Amino acid sequence: MLERLESKKMDWMRYRIIYFLFSLVFVVAGIYGLFSWGLKLGVDFKGGAVLEYKLDTDISTEEATQKIEEAGVETSSIQMTGDKTYLLRLAPIAEDGKDKIKDSLEKLSGGEIEELRFENVGPSIGPELIKKTIYAIAIAASAILIWVAIQFKSFKFGTSAVLAMFHDSFILIGAFSILGRFIGAEVDFLFVTALLTTLSFSVHDTIVVYDRIREAQKKYGGSLKGLANRAISETMVRSLNNSFTIIFMLVALLLLGGTTIKWFAVALLIGTVSGTYSSPFVAVPLLVVWDEFVKKIKRRRV
Amino acid sequence: MSPLKKVILIFLLSAVAAYISLPREMPIKFNLGKINVDTKLARRDFNFSFGRINIQKNLDLVLGLDLAGGSHLVFEAETKDLPLDKKEAAITSLRNVIERRVNLFGVSEPNVQASSFEGKDRVIVELPGVYGTKEAVELIGKTAQLVFSETKEESLEGEEIQYGLAPTSLTGAYLQGADVTFDQTSGQPVVSLRFTKEGADMFAEITERNVGKPLAIVLDDSVVSAPIVQETITGGSAQISGDFTLDEAKSLVIQLNAGALPVSINLVEQRTVGASLGSESVARSVNAGLIGLIMVLLFMVLAYGRLGLVADLGLIIFGILTLALYKLIPVVLTLPGIAGFLLSVGMAVDSNILIFERFKEERGQRPLIDALEVSFGRAWESIRDANIATLVTTFVLANPFDFAFLHTSGPVRGFAITLALGIGISLFTGIVVSRNLLRVFVRETRK
Repeated sequence: MLERLESKKMDWMRYRIIYFLFSLVFVVAGIYGLFSWGLKLGVDFKGGAVLEYKLDTDISTEEATQKIEEAGVETSSIQMTGDKTYLLRLAPIAEDGKDKIKDSLEKLSGGEIEELRFENVGPSIGPELIKKTIYAIAIAASAILIWVAIQFKSFKFGTSAVLAMFHDSFILIGAFSILGRFIGAEVDFLFVTALLTTLSFSVHDTIVVYDRIREAQKKYGGSLKGLANRAISETMVRSLNNSFTIIFMLVALLLLGGTTIKWFAVALLIGTVSGTYSSPFVAVPLLVVWDEFVKKIKRRRV
Repeated sequence: MSPLKKVILIFLLSAVAAYISLPREMPIKFNLGKINVDTKLARRDFNFSFGRINIQKNLDLVLGLDLAGGSHLVFEAETKDLPLDKKEAAITSLRNVIERRVNLFGVSEPNVQASSFEGKDRVIVELPGVYGTKEAVELIGKTAQLVFSETKEESLEGEEIQYGLAPTSLTGAYLQGADVTFDQTSGQPVVSLRFTKEGADMFAEITERNVGKPLAIVLDDSVVSAPIVQETITGGSAQISGDFTLDEAKSLVIQLNAGALPVSINLVEQRTVGASLGSESVARSVNAGLIGLIMVLLFMVLAYGRLGLVADLGLIIFGILTLALYKLIPVVLTLPGIAGFLLSVGMAVDSNILIFERFKEERGQRPLIDALEVSFGRAWESIRDANIATLVTTFVLANPFDFAFLHTSGPVRGFAITLALGIGISLFTGIVVSRNLLRVFVRETRK
């Protein structure tokens, strides 16, 4: 395959139906997950309190829940996050609620406890963030569409690139609804950042392939399908190598970066893989199918 | 300029950047046979004087709350009842009052900013190094409306005399300043007030009217003290002697000096990151970054051989320049910001990969040096177009014009700024640096 790849005779577009089906499976799985379980929203969006404490000794989380509830504060979960560190999640609390929790844990562990983190977000913040996020995505997407359309002097290129971009966002959002359902991945502020980065990465990658198509169009001419095959062969090694370097960085971040940044790294990782895949296997086939469709209609009219 | 000269210039630039990137103090310890070295390499701050121009720059990395530890508070202002034309002024003065209070509280480098979105007005307060937020929240949230009230005897029921309050127009607005002093006889902390000229005249008038009667000092609708006026006070100063503890007196002074809040506020969001969690995050991400970087460096050498080495050199220069720029601008570094930087490292090698892949194709068709120049020229268009798309997104995320309908603070912005900077610098290192390095390198090998 590598030989054929090097000689640029590979007929990538022949299998386009397979690429579409492959993408469809992931997108449908994501949409299914999204509709049946939704997204597990973090405190940033839902409101609520998160407290993380470091204790002197290990305690049982059941006992801690009981003690805190005796003090009059409802907790929804206590989770051990590391060596003697515990993460508590609950509804938004008043300042004295925090003191009560601290007291209960102090009594239970019998020593000094250290507050690592305290987040308390009122319910009014979330809807605002969601709106701002939607605006950000809409603005970024239209700016990119306009940029690609102007750059390639073609609405066809712009739309295909943006469709591929939405494909990646759907896969990322869908993946998080599934991850949220089964291993508790939460959607927070950082997820939004990862989503927007995925948008730009996806287009970044697509433009590199499109650029090759444009260049070949000027140089050789011929059918778009042939040009697309050539461009994909030419950029395949580059795409893979570039993704590898980004993936190396993200895997290091995922394994060593600590709990606060873990899901952020996962989201970027999914976005990178999907963004790399979607350029040759979604954006370009879409372009070819569109082109053939338009030609067919023109022929019929004649 | 010849490529060799450019390369020398690039190395000089990198050396300067490397010096800026150094931590303030770096212990150097090693044993080399009998030579024992144990010193500290200290970096000086930038301090430049030329004639009347004096540039001073502190070259420390500025860490955000999530890395340095501290508290992030969001207050919502109740501005529903205000007419629209007064709202903006109210929010500005609210922000200023809160900022003054926070400054007087003694927090180093606090950040207070106003934000509004769809009719909701907020003030965001960032307090580095403050973990016990209870006091801070109370201090910020107090309205501190000071009014002097005349008293009228209203009824004599039983033995208790009831007083009614008749507020005068002398309020905290006529204060020039307040201080904590100590009562000379009891040693109790008291709050002494100095009035403005106008306020002093009003105070003289009020005391003249009320000789022999109590004059109530009302703070936020409750009477703090009601001393009996002995004589007309013309000097323009007064004392409040409630039963204050020293801390209470201090916090009252802060509030009075900062002025009253023009509207009342509620705490709607609070985030506190402990100092130890912050430094742990720094250590972890530096660790992750180094390992990721080593993997990328190795990968480039494995995939592209000697060309990869040049790209690696470019990447190291990229890292040094970026760090130096973070310090010079300065960029407030947050955890997402570090992630943005790491991601930009991954993207920085992309331009080199694009060029090298192109080079492989062109090498068979033309002489080596020509192939090199052609690959740089052709790859540039792809690199430019692709990176502009990413820059567009970072622009929306960073929201440099503070559009109210987008995110105006927090982790998203930190991420976008470091990513955008990373892309900008990577264009320089990917194109200018590695191109000239390669020109010199290729010529040398041909000789």
